[in-house]
Amino acid sequence: MLSFSVPLGKLVRTLSRLRGGGSAFPGLVVEKIDPGFMQRTLASLPHGVAVVSGTNGKTTTTKMVVELLESQGLKVFTNRTGSNFTRGVAASLLGEVDWRGRLDADIAILELDEAHAVHFVNKVQPRFSLLLNVLRDQLDRFGEIDKTARLLEHIASKTTDTVVLNREDPRVARIARIVHGVDALHHPNVRYFGLDESLRSTFPNDDEMRTSGSGPSPSGTSVAAAAGEVVDLPAADVVLRRVGAQDADFEFDGQTVSTEMKLRGVYNIFNAAAALSLARAVLGTGPVDTPKLVKALADVAPAFGRGESLTVDGQPLELVLVKNPSGFRLGLKSFPAGGYATMIAINDNYADGRDMSWLWDVEFESLREDGVEVLTGVRAYDMALRLQYDDVPFGVVEPDITAALRTFINGSRGKPKRIFCTYTSMLAIRRELAKITIVEVVS
Amino acid sequence: MTSEAQSTPEAQQSKGTLRVLQLYPREMNIYGDWGNALVLKQRIKWHGYTPELLEYNVGDEFPGDIDIVVGGGGQDSGQVVIQDDLQARADHLRELADAGAPMLVICGLYQLFGKFFKTSAGPTIPGIGILDVETHGTDERLIGNVIMKSTEFGDIMGYENHSGQTTLGPGVEPLGIVTKGAGNNSKDGHEGARYNNVVASYLHGSLLPKNPAIADFLIRTAAERKYGTFVPGAPDDDYARLAREHAARRPR
Repeated sequence: MLSFSVPLGKLVRTLSRLRGGGSAFPGLVVEKIDPGFMQRTLASLPHGVAVVSGTNGKTTTTKMVVELLESQGLKVFTNRTGSNFTRGVAASLLGEVDWRGRLDADIAILELDEAHAVHFVNKVQPRFSLLLNVLRDQLDRFGEIDKTARLLEHIASKTTDTVVLNREDPRVARIARIVHGVDALHHPNVRYFGLDESLRSTFPNDDEMRTSGSGPSPSGTSVAAAAGEVVDLPAADVVLRRVGAQDADFEFDGQTVSTEMKLRGVYNIFNAAAALSLARAVLGTGPVDTPKLVKALADVAPAFGRGESLTVDGQPLELVLVKNPSGFRLGLKSFPAGGYATMIAINDNYADGRDMSWLWDVEFESLREDGVEVLTGVRAYDMALRLQYDDVPFGVVEPDITAALRTFINGSRGKPKRIFCTYTSMLAIRRELAKITIVEVVS
Repeated sequence: MTSEAQSTPEAQQSKGTLRVLQLYPREMNIYGDWGNALVLKQRIKWHGYTPELLEYNVGDEFPGDIDIVVGGGGQDSGQVVIQDDLQARADHLRELADAGAPMLVICGLYQLFGKFFKTSAGPTIPGIGILDVETHGTDERLIGNVIMKSTEFGDIMGYENHSGQTTLGPGVEPLGIVTKGAGNNSKDGHEGARYNNVVASYLHGSLLPKNPAIADFLIRTAAERKYGTFVPGAPDDDYARLAREHAARRPR
């Protein structure tokens, strides 16, 4: 059985790719005929498995960790976009193993959706885990964010070597207590990535989204502080000290390192601190080539749709993926509206989240001065209604994305453009853009 | 580019001030509850009155001269945090409700405005009994788009996401009868509750933006109680109408 499962799975993978889609189907096949395939293959890796999870930033952070470790000469296996669940990992593995089922890699860095990560860690205990944040996202899938936090706790409790936590998100930082409660046999180390005090107000955690009566605006007080709990932040392994227009300062090992950054958006750069901390944990006490590590950090390009810039009509067109209120707020903050033509595309398919309430947790005042040219997507009129109540002027409302994109591009020639889009609307926009410019289309 | 905001010209004299109190926005603000407060604030303005938005959180002094009360949903943990403080304010809130003050309570505060919420984990959180309803926590989560019929407000639409199931006693009427989705519980087809000028519902979405008839009921009632009459303005509800039409076609 064993000797047939891998070639068969690979064959199914080749066939389903020829057919043009179904990236997880071969994973299902191999899971059925050889349930131990994934565990066995991953167990063979000398540095084990690291899991990256949390609400926002998994894809970009995973990409960064991979590139940081590759800069140190490690061979890294990772799962591709859109396969952040167990079966997708099995499918990705099939693509990488040789016909005898051997994986030529030192470590696996896996991006896993919170709920799927729980199933995954029950099958494969990770050596490392990096837990980014817990924010309102797709609550219709997970219920409440305290439940999401418990999913992350479970991932941490299954981790054998080191858990890397976001010091600035109380729901994530609190996981340290759970980890320390795990029996002494596997009591993983905890390390944190953190922010300089001057940057904290830029990153509202979920409880800070609404603490003032005038709007859903962040304030500096955390819920812990409000409840009278003493907030004594632990020391962090990596601290993001400063974010400039094209550079940033990171502090680790008692030194502050300044580097240029290709990544845009403060939240991406905070995740760079997370990636750096996980990479340092993986490299452990071995030799680290710090200049190469920093160079790799500087060179990381944004992942698909995360502040990625394309060229249309000789002008930049930026795609900013927005999935939840905090992501949308940070997107608006990180990419100022001035001088740009703006389009917003809101779908409510399963992958976007069906509940439109989240639009009401975002404040759109920053778009008031320049206005929004085009609103599109299945829920274009929900977005229109939202902007109406924030006194933000807008032009065309066209639910059909193809027609809207044409109107947007024709109507704002000679101007840089920016599109804020939910996940499935981004996929549709990319398919359309692929007809007129070079863009990676992901199905 | 057309501006869709229709604010009252500053020069025009205000028809009066209406004070809107948000209950526990710090803990009870999940799923866009801010949208309800924002809609009240803007529509009060569009009707030619002056809005004053206030908030009340645990331990605050309770403001006086309140014309409209609005409260939202929260996680189970948020309900636990506010419960003692809410009990301390129960008599005052009950007096306001009995006297006819317009109130909107969504999800978590709907449950706590009832008699009790027996959580699935075991403990029972006492409510403040303004509404003759009781809620029992379950392992089943009712999630998805909802449309209901209401004799008072026409079709009401929104999005539900709750595991507590609420049943109505004789002291309240349902806000509506669901035609899509679950509503208060998985059995009787009722959604929300009505008592005096209190409107209670599980619906997020947020509720008021796409259901301006409910917002205007709260504002009209508040104005009539305070000034004897309500002289409406003419808010532009074209986008609300279009958003409703599109929302109605979406799957559960």
